[in-house]
Amino acid sequence: MAAPHAHEVARAAVETVDFLRWIPAAPLAGSLFLMLFGRRLPRPVVGAVACAAVLGAFALTVTAFLQVAGGAAGTVLHDHIYSWIHLAELDVSASFNLDALSGTMCLVITGVGFLIHVYSTGYMSHDPDHARYFAYLNLFTSAMLVLILADSLPLMFVGWEGVGLCSYLLIGFWYTDPAKASAGKKAFVVNRIGDAAFILGMCVLFWAMADLGRASLVFSDLNTAATKLDSGIVLTAALLLFIGATGKSAQIPLFVWLPDAMAGPTPVSALIHAATMVTAGVYLIARLSGLYVEAPVALNVIAVVGALTAFFAATVGLVQNDIKKVLAYSTVSQLGYMFLACGVGAFGAGIFHVVTHAFFKALLFLGAGSVIHGLHEEQDIRKMGALRSKMPVTWATFVVGTLAIAGVPGLSGFFSKDEILAATFDSGHHVLWAIGLLGAAMTAFYMTRLVVLTFYGEYRGAPEVLEKAHESPASMTLPLVVLAILAAVGGYMGVPHVLGGHNQFGEFLAPVVGHHELHLSHGTELGLMALSIGAALGGILFAWRRYSAGVTPDERFEESRPDLHALLGNAYYVDSTYQHGIADRVVDGSRALWKGVDVGIIDAIANGFASAARMFGDSWRRWSTGNVQHYALTLLIGVVTMIAVVVAGGAR
Amino acid sequence: MTTPAHFMVLSAMLFAIGAVGVITRRNVIVMFMSVEIMLNAANLAFIAVANYLGNMNGHVVVLLVMTVAAAEAAIGLAVILAMFRNRETVRADEIGLLRY
Repeated sequence: MAAPHAHEVARAAVETVDFLRWIPAAPLAGSLFLMLFGRRLPRPVVGAVACAAVLGAFALTVTAFLQVAGGAAGTVLHDHIYSWIHLAELDVSASFNLDALSGTMCLVITGVGFLIHVYSTGYMSHDPDHARYFAYLNLFTSAMLVLILADSLPLMFVGWEGVGLCSYLLIGFWYTDPAKASAGKKAFVVNRIGDAAFILGMCVLFWAMADLGRASLVFSDLNTAATKLDSGIVLTAALLLFIGATGKSAQIPLFVWLPDAMAGPTPVSALIHAATMVTAGVYLIARLSGLYVEAPVALNVIAVVGALTAFFAATVGLVQNDIKKVLAYSTVSQLGYMFLACGVGAFGAGIFHVVTHAFFKALLFLGAGSVIHGLHEEQDIRKMGALRSKMPVTWATFVVGTLAIAGVPGLSGFFSKDEILAATFDSGHHVLWAIGLLGAAMTAFYMTRLVVLTFYGEYRGAPEVLEKAHESPASMTLPLVVLAILAAVGGYMGVPHVLGGHNQFGEFLAPVVGHHELHLSHGTELGLMALSIGAALGGILFAWRRYSAGVTPDERFEESRPDLHALLGNAYYVDSTYQHGIADRVVDGSRALWKGVDVGIIDAIANGFASAARMFGDSWRRWSTGNVQHYALTLLIGVVTMIAVVVAGGAR
Repeated sequence: MTTPAHFMVLSAMLFAIGAVGVITRRNVIVMFMSVEIMLNAANLAFIAVANYLGNMNGHVVVLLVMTVAAAEAAIGLAVILAMFRNRETVRADEIGLLRY
């Protein structure tokens, strides 16, 4: 149960340091440098600068992290930079905090981010806009670090918007293609809806905190003050912030932008739309765990939304034919699991899945990028097959990633997903647990389908493409290998007690997000684990047998149930419903305002004044004949009239 | 016996004749001459009143007006000459460049 949430942990030991600011500053400096001089520098220098900036941030993060891990439980590094907003009641400082939670996230962002930067030097080596790409990628890393390190909601919002901007810039990186540019725009607009709710949630909290007499938006203050706030206000703020999280983390109902975000370069999909930015929503919930445990209704909403997203996104992933689309829906689904974990109070399990997911999903995206790169921009898995011998490293690492995400015992995804499912069952949400288990089986199924169709069987594309197909350069395969190792062993930092481990990861995070004890008997826990393993292996074996003959099972399915296939293929028509139900209505409304109010009223007033002035002028311009004698006559009449008036007046 | 009133009436008549000339005559030179008549009508009034009051100020003004009229005649005739060279006309109704 989530109830005995030990959030009233002893006040964390705060150590003041002054180097946390350099963690986001390093990639920011790299970004500015590349924006100013990148075009004139040779390609290897551009890549090296970008990688070095992130590596510097990584080194600093490791230093800070070791200090936190080596100190007493709950050590927090605090770096006060300057007082940012100083209003009557509100005092927001630009301060960074690095504790167990933000330290872990920073390690993932800079570590995985560095690998993806290295990979990008190979992937983007032929792109003419190489420097702009790395400038954006560095800027993104910097904004993401601000988001994570911020010690208060307003500063987090700065990073939150920064990553949104970079996401937009990188999705629309190849902006000459209108479809890609509009995918970027869509991501931006959908995120904006969530951001509006984020701001409202922040305002509600500020207002409530000011009523309490301490107008602060610092996370630790919010978490500790949550018990004193009115429960209705806490619920409102928690739900509003969660809507913000659904936008950034692509949950129902705001998930529609993430599949389209695959228009960006593949390393971007790996970094922003799988490993880091989309987990910001989960981080937000975990960061405010003290607030959320005071809003059980909000937690239930989060759990239900997470489970439904995990399930529905997995069903959509079953029939996608674009290698990146499968991974995109898989990401949406996995993010659902993270929210499910938060929703049942197991914030540590959610963050654990964030970390392992960052490893294997970054690996899978980079592997997909390697395949796309090797096949010269082919993304349709129906035109792939038998690439195993052509791309041995990509194949091997991709299989590791697939087994990890599918939840095969021993690999990272197994530990984190199992912890989530066990916590869900433990919390009494048995229906949500069943949905999660089904989703896990489908995850195993669609990922195996992807592997089989890509790397096994017969090649189904154009023969000349296969001839030119090649393994990617070392700059791309090395990150794959490193990530594959992480995806394989990353789970061992959180081995559950029932398997003889100590869940060190959960213990490490506990001072920040609270303890989450399972109350299941070991027998039940092992039984649940067996069921998860069964679901994963069942999904894998079923897909293996079904697709070993190629894509024909999908074609048969499409023929026998075209309606169902179209329903899944089009993601339950949510996209077109939004388009026709909301976006088009907004456009219609805007058009009505444009034609009616803008042209009809505002322009009409301005033009009316102009034409009135012109008509008045027209009626008098005839007086200006150009003939001096007319002027002289007018003058004479005027003078005579004036004299007459004066004389008449004088006479009276 | 001539009284200042006689001079005033004569002056007013001359002024009226000049004004009508300026307004009705199309030839710019004649208009110019009409302006001179109007100026001298004013001069006559000044002289008459100065004489009547035994005050020399009116004489001074008349001398000033005559000087200005001479300068004005020089400039005016030069303008008319330039106009005629360009437009080959001295009719006021045919010269209407600055109009609507």
